[in-house]
Amino acid sequence: MSAASKTIPFDLLPPGERPYFDRWGNGLVVVLPARRPGPSGWGAGGPPHGGAWVHVGEDGKARAFTGKVEVGQGTRTALCLIVAEELRLPLSSVELTMGDTDVCPWDMGTFGSRSMPDAAQHLRSTGAAARTVLVGLAATKLGVAPANVELEGGVARIRGSGTIASVGYGELVAGLRRLEFVAPDTRPTPPTEWTQAGHPARDVATRDIVTGAREYTSDLHLPGMLHGKLLFPPAYGSRLRRVDLARARAMPGVVAVHEGELVAVAAPTLLGAIAAVKAVRAEWEPTPQPSEAEVVDYLRQHPAEGEDFWDVIHHEAGDVAAARVDAPITLEGTYTTAYIAHAPLETHAVLASWDGDRLTVRIGTQTPFRAREAISDELGIPPAKVHVIVPPTGSGFGGKHAAELAVAAARLAKAAGAPVRIAFSREEEFTQAYFRPLALIDVRSAADRDGSLRSWEFHVLNAGSAAARTPYRVPNQKIDNQPTESPLAQASYRALAATANNFARESHIDELAAHVGADPVDYRLRQLADGRLAEVLRAVAKKVGWDPRPSSAGGRPDRRGRGIAVGLEKGGRVATFAEVHVGDDGHLELVRLVSGFECGAIVHPSNLRSQVEGGAVMALGGALYETIHFEGGRVLNPRFSEYRVPRFRDIPPIEVVLLDRPDLPSEGGGETPLIGVAPAIANAVFDAVGVRLRSLPLAPDGTVPLAPNG
Amino acid sequence: MASLRVNGVDRSVALEPDRHLLYVLREELGLTGTKYGCGEGECGACTVLLDGAAARACQTRIGEAVGRSVTTIEGLASGEGLHPVQQAFIDAGAFQCGFCTPGMVVATAALLSRNPRPSDAEVRAALDGNLCRCGGYLRILDAVERASQRLGNPGGSTR
Repeated sequence: MSAASKTIPFDLLPPGERPYFDRWGNGLVVVLPARRPGPSGWGAGGPPHGGAWVHVGEDGKARAFTGKVEVGQGTRTALCLIVAEELRLPLSSVELTMGDTDVCPWDMGTFGSRSMPDAAQHLRSTGAAARTVLVGLAATKLGVAPANVELEGGVARIRGSGTIASVGYGELVAGLRRLEFVAPDTRPTPPTEWTQAGHPARDVATRDIVTGAREYTSDLHLPGMLHGKLLFPPAYGSRLRRVDLARARAMPGVVAVHEGELVAVAAPTLLGAIAAVKAVRAEWEPTPQPSEAEVVDYLRQHPAEGEDFWDVIHHEAGDVAAARVDAPITLEGTYTTAYIAHAPLETHAVLASWDGDRLTVRIGTQTPFRAREAISDELGIPPAKVHVIVPPTGSGFGGKHAAELAVAAARLAKAAGAPVRIAFSREEEFTQAYFRPLALIDVRSAADRDGSLRSWEFHVLNAGSAAARTPYRVPNQKIDNQPTESPLAQASYRALAATANNFARESHIDELAAHVGADPVDYRLRQLADGRLAEVLRAVAKKVGWDPRPSSAGGRPDRRGRGIAVGLEKGGRVATFAEVHVGDDGHLELVRLVSGFECGAIVHPSNLRSQVEGGAVMALGGALYETIHFEGGRVLNPRFSEYRVPRFRDIPPIEVVLLDRPDLPSEGGGETPLIGVAPAIANAVFDAVGVRLRSLPLAPDGTVPLAPNG
Repeated sequence: MASLRVNGVDRSVALEPDRHLLYVLREELGLTGTKYGCGEGECGACTVLLDGAAARACQTRIGEAVGRSVTTIEGLASGEGLHPVQQAFIDAGAFQCGFCTPGMVVATAALLSRNPRPSDAEVRAALDGNLCRCGGYLRILDAVERASQRLGNPGGSTR
């Protein structure tokens, strides 16, 4: 049996039996065990997850482990800063292993903006507990009370003694194999006392990005490696009726597998694999699918029932029907968003290799532990026999959750007796990944003559429940969502339903404000129930020098308009300002975007700013022009020449206003900054030309109508 | 077989007309810094220098590259140091996932070699064919500005 066959993933062993010290040498290890999730919220009912561990070695360095992954969102540096902060180490003395299923804590996946509220907090506690142990060791070594020990820069010394009588961490842990658990009373450093986290910092490990030396999954190569390709159905929902692999198998060096719906080939070269998959003969049983023009009616007529949908809310307060009776103002509107694609620049990629009965899968994924389980289930091998590693990944945006490619690569590698790499072509990425769901949202509101909200009905079809609740004070509410049968594959996407729901709500609120002739900022501030969100809105209004006036129902003479939108989601608060100009030909020009954001204590300011800027850019693609066209289950525009994403020419000046709240827990910043962009632009278009746009994308051909019904 | 000069070294490659330079670089010469992003010349992830000018490796037939000088991201810097454009991208923090970065860096190097002090509009026009899905465009513009200054003041400080 080879060494690999005997490896057991750390998360499948009791902490006391994990070979920490055999792997990383003598020293100190502090463990925060995985936690069983509470009865509601993230991971409810699931297995214990999260936790962290930190090893301090004889080299004086810290190695930290988390189940979260980095796919480009910048959390690696943020999490390293947290560890460096708690251990009083320079950032360069901290290493972080992320998402390696052999050595990292089990984690449900990197989504939902959980890296800061979960992984960062777990590493904080673990680092703080390790610091306490180091202080104790130093106290013994230096012959003083723990209270008289101070740690700084990887060195312990007697408080106030300068550099005299100091001892490095490596010396403190020399010869030890000490395993400790995070004590319940562990007190991490309050953000108000941070000296590294929360302060400007250089990202770790960037040189290999600019030299091209960084190897993403699609760049990896192993000796004897083959290239794999999958046979895909011609349209969504088609079932495989018959397949003939003979022609493909007759090609030199080609291996083919057929298991259920999976048909895949591998060949010594990528071109050979492409030729081999073309040589496969298959017959498909099509399933009728609605066209793009019919999809709205189709979704209304095809509710999906069942217990599978966790992302469902039914919220009621007061009596909306009674509140509408005699209300001086009632409004209704239906808002839609299109199917859009994540289009990560690195397409899905995986490399599978076997060592005896143990499988190693290198894959760009946001869910390595879920992938391990899916592979184990599909192949019928124990989870301990699967090792998932997440190499640098060329972005995810919620699009890299599935494990089918890994299963295919594993089966091919087994059949071929050689490592197999599979990477999607761009067309495969557009057609075989899943999409952000189309959303259909019906809103009905009633208000007093001054616009004060009386009732709020918000019915969401297909999108999901995120950000469906309203941050405004309304006594009578009915908010629910209904999953439907989608005619295209759909799943997670960065700020998924929150973008759709926030677009609907913030557009409708703007319509109400215009209806009563109220200034859109003042109208919101009057009714916002969340003080933190109101603070962000005030900060943005101040930044742009907001001129209080009602939005212009008839448009402005210079067709220059401004719009505002707010949002509260995943613990973050956003306010977005947009200024637009509509040209004589209806051309929509984005003049300026300002994004205000607050997510508690900021861990890595430069990276948060980068996330807010990048999020605004990504969001303006979905707001203005991105849309998947389809017919009979086929995607009609599966390439960048036909699916327009933001380019340099599209980018307006974007200003970011960050509100730091070191008194509050850190929340994520990767998603919520997106959700204000579309409604802010739509509201600005209304102000500019008096046209209310209720469908995303707002300007698929780059133009908007110049007048209502125009 | 034909000879291809890549990063100053003559490499021998099979001359099969349907193959593109990107395929040869990545799959045969092991130069994976040049990325595949779209295969239709729309994303710029495969940007290389062909006789010093920016070219899409996925749109360059291998026959067109023979006898010319190809520079990839791996060959941009001379020696151990970084090319000023590479350093500027680090200084500006002009990446998130980093997958577009090699193409952006090479395209920027090509631009600055023919136009050392480009205007904002000229930079945007030159890089418009390079996609960054993480949305890091403003930081990339900042990096180009820093690189332009750095190249304009060799040895001097950039800011």
